[in-house]
Amino acid sequence: MEDRFDAALALLPGYLGQHVLVSASALLLGLAVSLPLAVGASRSAALRWPVLALASLVQTIPSLALLALFYPLLLALSAASRAMFGHGFAALGFLPSLLALTLYSMLPILRNGVAGLSAVDPAAVEAARGVGMTDRQRLFWVELPLAAPVIMAGVRTAAVWTIGAATLATPVGQTSLGNYIFAGLQTENWVFVLFGCVASAVLAMAADQLLGLIESGLSARRRWRIWAGLAGLAIGLAACLAPLAGAGGGANRYVVGAKNFSEQYILAELLADRIRKTGAAVDMKEDLGSNIAYQALKAGEIDAYVDYSGTLWANVLGRRDNPGRQAVLATLTEALARRDGVRVVGAIGFENAYALAMPRAKAAALHIASLADLAAHASELTFGADLEFLSRPEWTAVRRAYGLAFRREVQYQPTFMYRAAASGQADVISAFSSDGRIAADDLVVLADPRHALPPYDSVLLVSPRRAHDARLIGALSPLIAKIPVEAMRAANLSVDRDRDKATPAAAARALEGRLGL
Amino acid sequence: MAEPVIELRDVSKRYGARAAVESLSIALERGSFTALLGGSGSGKTTALKLINGLIAPDAGEVMIEGRPAGEGPGYALRRRIGYVFQEVGLFPHMTVAENIAIGPRLAGWDARRTGERVAELLALVDLPPDAGPRRPSELSGGQRQRVGVARALAAGPAIMLMDEPFGALDPVTRDALGRDYRALHERLGLTTLMVTHDVWEALLLADRIVVMDAGAILADAPPAALLAGHPDARVQALMETPRRQAERVRAMAERP
Repeated sequence: MEDRFDAALALLPGYLGQHVLVSASALLLGLAVSLPLAVGASRSAALRWPVLALASLVQTIPSLALLALFYPLLLALSAASRAMFGHGFAALGFLPSLLALTLYSMLPILRNGVAGLSAVDPAAVEAARGVGMTDRQRLFWVELPLAAPVIMAGVRTAAVWTIGAATLATPVGQTSLGNYIFAGLQTENWVFVLFGCVASAVLAMAADQLLGLIESGLSARRRWRIWAGLAGLAIGLAACLAPLAGAGGGANRYVVGAKNFSEQYILAELLADRIRKTGAAVDMKEDLGSNIAYQALKAGEIDAYVDYSGTLWANVLGRRDNPGRQAVLATLTEALARRDGVRVVGAIGFENAYALAMPRAKAAALHIASLADLAAHASELTFGADLEFLSRPEWTAVRRAYGLAFRREVQYQPTFMYRAAASGQADVISAFSSDGRIAADDLVVLADPRHALPPYDSVLLVSPRRAHDARLIGALSPLIAKIPVEAMRAANLSVDRDRDKATPAAAARALEGRLGL
Repeated sequence: MAEPVIELRDVSKRYGARAAVESLSIALERGSFTALLGGSGSGKTTALKLINGLIAPDAGEVMIEGRPAGEGPGYALRRRIGYVFQEVGLFPHMTVAENIAIGPRLAGWDARRTGERVAELLALVDLPPDAGPRRPSELSGGQRQRVGVARALAAGPAIMLMDEPFGALDPVTRDALGRDYRALHERLGLTTLMVTHDVWEALLLADRIVVMDAGAILADAPPAALLAGHPDARVQALMETPRRQAERVRAMAERP
């Protein structure tokens, strides 16, 4: 408990800095776009309706979806820009988060802007015209100062929303306080989840109070309150961003990626450790979505990560066949290098296959040992899948091969999927073969006699720009064919279990010790 | 006759089907104090706003000091004309001094000259010198309207337009402010056009009364001439009330 708190605290400067950077930039950009729009909308009824309707529409999109949608959009724009101007830009991380959060921050500023400007006393407006002010002077000398308290109240709301929504930027590759929440959820580290929630809430409240001070200064016309609020914001911003200043780029900095589950966190720590031993600095980009990780590698936003051959086979190459483990690996190595310049350094030993699993007692009672046996009982059983399995080509293949039709299909975040199997809410689950919880929860993996599921060798990938980086390849090559599935299961379980939990970094070091690396 | 300071020639302004002002012609001489008298919807406020360009005419010509009102930008014209209206419209986020300094600020005066002018105007409209740093919300209604008059006069205009300036004040304050303003008008040699619906105010302050109804002029004469009688029955009826009231007050005063 205490060491987990210490581990969380050690990550705070980096996470907080990134969180503040992205939310403050989004808020400033939102303000810069929304204020002129609000002025235009308050003066023209023809503009008011579409602007407010559009901003409201954006607000109805779930924020996680909004963040996710910017990734393919930016990817397409980046490809277009590469085709036209010869260079693209990063479609992951800061940019999609900035744009999505900016859109998200606009509604309260727009609404309050229009309301505040429309509510300015008509007598003051007539007087401003009567004394001979130009439209600009009337806006800046009279209307904006009088509407400022209402506009500021909108900025406060926008700030609280943006800081909260920024925790959802983690899955698109922007480090934020959400890293605590996503990683904690995956590894059942509730200390991390709570730490992330509290940190983001405290940040939101602090920003709200300081903006509130400015708002009250504007409405009571007390200059010192406005200056105190601004000074507080500036000091807070500088303090939060200071840790980022030292972490600037450089050719010797490597970025290691990880998808969003325990095994990936441990492997990322392992890769990072190996690279650090050469004296190079390493940044981590964790909690990437399954497909996003490969795209990020291809674009050079991360330099190395571990993926699974079956996933790449189906999702990147779009293949539905299963020519066998070695053939899949060989084809992938050749095709990824040719297509994307991505280097497959090699398989690191264990397989992490999708596998259907069920509690041992239930399987024995129904005499189910394979997927073929399962088909006969499926209509009475509930299937618990992780969030992506039901939409993956592997599921289609398995369902077709065995004619599986379950009574009910339920999707869970992986942690809760195992819990559902243990509590009986799900009879069969889509487990991962290297997961320590299969043994710990006494589940049996059902055999796949028709080879409907492709092989899932864990393979080490390196980005195109580092494909011939001798230092990186030299640091990572010793891992090839080194990690047996038992070692990986034990490491995974040490992170996932309820008691005596290890952090992914500690599990990685234990794994290194065990393998004698 | 000298060239008029303000002249409306056959000016019309319509809102949809309704004519706010129909073929209106008036000429105001330098130094005159004219009241535009009429009920609501008579077109008197429209006439006023046509003069300082807040409203553009559909037809006809508005001449200010011999030049067409629409010649330059509207704001430049309005900086040369003082404007006071019933709601006063002091800027609540500025102090009294800042409000009065708006005209000089727009005209680009330096801080020292502006400061002297503000002090001079506070004295001119009979406000205490310490009113300067106060907010408009801390003043009484009468004081606020004095600030409104001071603001209109600050940049030294030759023309003053007033739209029911004292309408919202109590009778005593109203009388005092009316007399004080009339004195300022004389002292500064202003040309004043005041819109009012109050016959007494028009009779007691103005040298000339223009009675308007439905966008047209019914009568245009000095107060005494109007009181003496007018061929138009509506004008006659309008003057009947003050005449009768005056009779009664005089009768009371003679028989204590």
